[in-house]
Amino acid sequence: MLDTAASPADSAPGATWTRKDLLDTDTLTRAEIDLVLETARGMREVRSRPVSKVSTLRGVTVATLFYEQSTRTRASFEVAAKALGADVVNLTASGSSVEKGETLIDTVRTLEAIGADIIVMRHSRSGAPYLAARHTAASIVNGGDGTHAHPTQALLDLYTMVERLGSLEGRKVVIVGDVLHSRVARSNAWTLLRYGADVVFCGPATLLPRSFVPSVDGRACSISTDLDSAIEGADVVMALRMQKERQQRGLIPSIREYIANYQINAARLARARQGALLMHPGPMNEGIEVSPDVAHGAQSLVEEQVANGVAVRMALLYLIAARSRT
Amino acid sequence: MSGARYLGPEEIARTIRRLGHEIVESNRGTDGLVLVGLLSRGYPLARRLASAIREFEGVEVPVGSLDIGLYRDDVARRGAPPPVRPSNIPVSIDGKTVVLIDDVLFTGRSVRAALDALLDFGRPARVRLCVLVDRGHRELPIRPDFVGKNIPTALVQRVRVRLSETDGEDAVYVYGEGADSA
Amino acid sequence: MERILIRGGRVLDPSRSLDMTADVLVADGVVAEIREGINPAGARIIEAADCVVAPGFVDLHAHLREPGYEQKGTVRTETTAALRGGFTTVCAMPNTRPAPDCGPVLESIRDIYAREALVRVLPIGCITRGREGKELAELAELAAGGVVAFSDDGSPVADPRLMRNALALAGALGLPVSEHCDSPEMHAGGAMNEGAVSERLGLSGQPSAAEAAAIARNIELAAATGGRLHIAHVTTERGVELVAEARRRGLPVTCEVTPSHLFLTEDAVAGTGDEPAYDTSAKINPPLRTETDRRALLAALNAGLIDAIATDHAPHAIEEKLVEFEAAAFGISCFESAVSTLLTLVYRGELRLERMVEALTTAPVRCFGLAQRVPGIGTLEPGVARDVVVLDPRTATIVDPERWASKGKNTPLAGRELKGVVRAVIFEGTLAWEREAAHV
Repeated sequence: MLDTAASPADSAPGATWTRKDLLDTDTLTRAEIDLVLETARGMREVRSRPVSKVSTLRGVTVATLFYEQSTRTRASFEVAAKALGADVVNLTASGSSVEKGETLIDTVRTLEAIGADIIVMRHSRSGAPYLAARHTAASIVNGGDGTHAHPTQALLDLYTMVERLGSLEGRKVVIVGDVLHSRVARSNAWTLLRYGADVVFCGPATLLPRSFVPSVDGRACSISTDLDSAIEGADVVMALRMQKERQQRGLIPSIREYIANYQINAARLARARQGALLMHPGPMNEGIEVSPDVAHGAQSLVEEQVANGVAVRMALLYLIAARSRT
Repeated sequence: MSGARYLGPEEIARTIRRLGHEIVESNRGTDGLVLVGLLSRGYPLARRLASAIREFEGVEVPVGSLDIGLYRDDVARRGAPPPVRPSNIPVSIDGKTVVLIDDVLFTGRSVRAALDALLDFGRPARVRLCVLVDRGHRELPIRPDFVGKNIPTALVQRVRVRLSETDGEDAVYVYGEGADSA
Repeated sequence: MERILIRGGRVLDPSRSLDMTADVLVADGVVAEIREGINPAGARIIEAADCVVAPGFVDLHAHLREPGYEQKGTVRTETTAALRGGFTTVCAMPNTRPAPDCGPVLESIRDIYAREALVRVLPIGCITRGREGKELAELAELAAGGVVAFSDDGSPVADPRLMRNALALAGALGLPVSEHCDSPEMHAGGAMNEGAVSERLGLSGQPSAAEAAAIARNIELAAATGGRLHIAHVTTERGVELVAEARRRGLPVTCEVTPSHLFLTEDAVAGTGDEPAYDTSAKINPPLRTETDRRALLAALNAGLIDAIATDHAPHAIEEKLVEFEAAAFGISCFESAVSTLLTLVYRGELRLERMVEALTTAPVRCFGLAQRVPGIGTLEPGVARDVVVLDPRTATIVDPERWASKGKNTPLAGRELKGVVRAVIFEGTLAWEREAAHV
């Protein structure tokens, strides 16, 4: 024995995860988002191994409950859950008791009784996961609700940007298209603003919010109907899916006019910062919101977003399953 | 709480040189040797061992890092999610002699987790275990092959290895009741 | 018959500009005397010091649900709730099943009222057959059967020609048309006010322009036909301005506002927590609007531009609200919280007490011309008045719908502390309800 000293602090505590549910990105702290991204980095490495699967969540049951078709998001969650060793149960609105008029609350309680620990939910009605979360002890992960939020998409987008750009402080991110009805745009705004990015919402006047502008710590999104000037100097351009139904509802005169004014093509992308990144939450309407050459060009991160999606969803499932409980 | 310092920088350096010699001797040279350090403090120890071996053998032994967060058997019971970090094993471990390196050997559960993690990277010919400190109290049938220092402890005590790479100093402390009567 | 002496309260009777501290004696089924120092001999005494004594309240707009929707409420449960809330006269909206769109249905519904109701229920007849907005209902037959107004409440009459004819025919019958002013084609079924909160929560919205446009249209139709237009539950600043302009033109246009729209804003949907609540109990049609609108409504009510306060009491079964926001039923159950809500506004200095009482008594009587139909309604005039309420503005209460008589527990105010309660209600000259001390 040589001498005595005061106890050194335990290794940097950082943030821990205490949330039962992931409903949106709006209330996540910077430290919580950092933790998700750090954990996702570890998960990406797991995915690159010869055996790209672990059994950490052995004994955990993840249910996917989709009231809206989405092969991509559901598959991403399913792969993520299985890569962590969880059991997966898939429920679709058609062909189940949901179609026979069972209420959302009854359905999630049934899933809980069956033994689901985490319910990944997609629903066409905004706020549905909030209702579910209040009525079950199972964790609810919002896989997209109506025109409200899509937090896992926003977190995978953030992860993709941070991996490519490092700090997002002062970076310009232009989100283009039907912002008003986009759960992706809204959830992305919260995380990007929290990471110090300058966020621009750009689209036709009928598809932009009129009264609500997301803001975090005094930093607010800006709004523009003029893509050619908004895209100038952009570090990231995110195109949103344009639904043809918007034309039928009279929100835009024609898809043709939309393409003329808002399609991301080579000429427009050239106005952004050199090497600017192109992102899209998928599935893409090539030739509508993005021209085909750009969609698959060198600046496109679309496939990387999909691969990162699995890692980020693994991180979230892991953090929620292993969360601190008091 | 105050603690007793058991090892200082010179002793740690000396111990690492000794462990390097033991590893090379046991392996009859450096052929097929891979050092894999557990995150976070086993990894800097592995790098120090590799540089010690380079000094006296003139050979660069590959060093990897291994995160065991996803392999713990108490994930749901720990009260907080263990951190998950990327592992980095730069060479194939198939048919190699892998020496797992950690700072403190206690219950043996971390080593159990590390074995599971390691086997997801390949099929080594053999796996050895090297620790800076063995404090006893095993809960699993695990025995180290190379030990820097045995420090008998009481179960309630805590052993803390601090390394300049992660903590700004090289030292081993024991905290808790009876720490300064050892 | 029972003699009741309400002693030492502040007696407020806007129908006769009466505001004095006095005793009120109810005897032989009517208000017999109002003066200081009435001899209490032989009377049951209600001590009313610090209380307000007013005519029984008249509600121009309530949903009693029976027949057809008994899971939401029955005439018995909802009129019990009305009584406890101080409402001795309730005008029942016709969105029942069947809906009173002809004489025989109306008669069968009035039979239920006669059998079950604990307060006076006055029926409102449909404007259109089945409230479908396609053909006019049997307006003359309904008038003969005793309806006090026509309305397709909840289903605005979209066809302007049909509305024009309805106003003309109702006008000739001497009855008002109470219209839910909205232009659904402008928004395709918005679940809440269109604005910052709806955009934040990703919910479909009703723009205030949809109400204003419908009010403007209906005012022009009233002007063109000479019909009497009553605008149900006005909710927007612009709507109030349009009514003001109609008044300046001397048109026979009246309007009402609900306690919910006076007290709450669209923020109630999001709730007060960090995470949005999507509170379906704050889902109401027309929707809760902005703070600017709420202040404009209060200003217009205080100025007498908005004539009446009507509850739009809309009970629902719990399962109709325990669903996704956009799937939830519209409506707030509020018979038993309305007066506390309004007295809280008075307490905060946002609403004048005299105006509140007028808007619940003589003003609604004027809107629907009820005085000839029911003598003594909305007044304390000795010899004819039969309904009296006693309010205690100083007692605080926590809203607890589980203790309500109404089947509808759907209120965004549950758990909120409000200032002021109904102490006692005299209906048809007898003490019909008295708040127990334990309930305070």
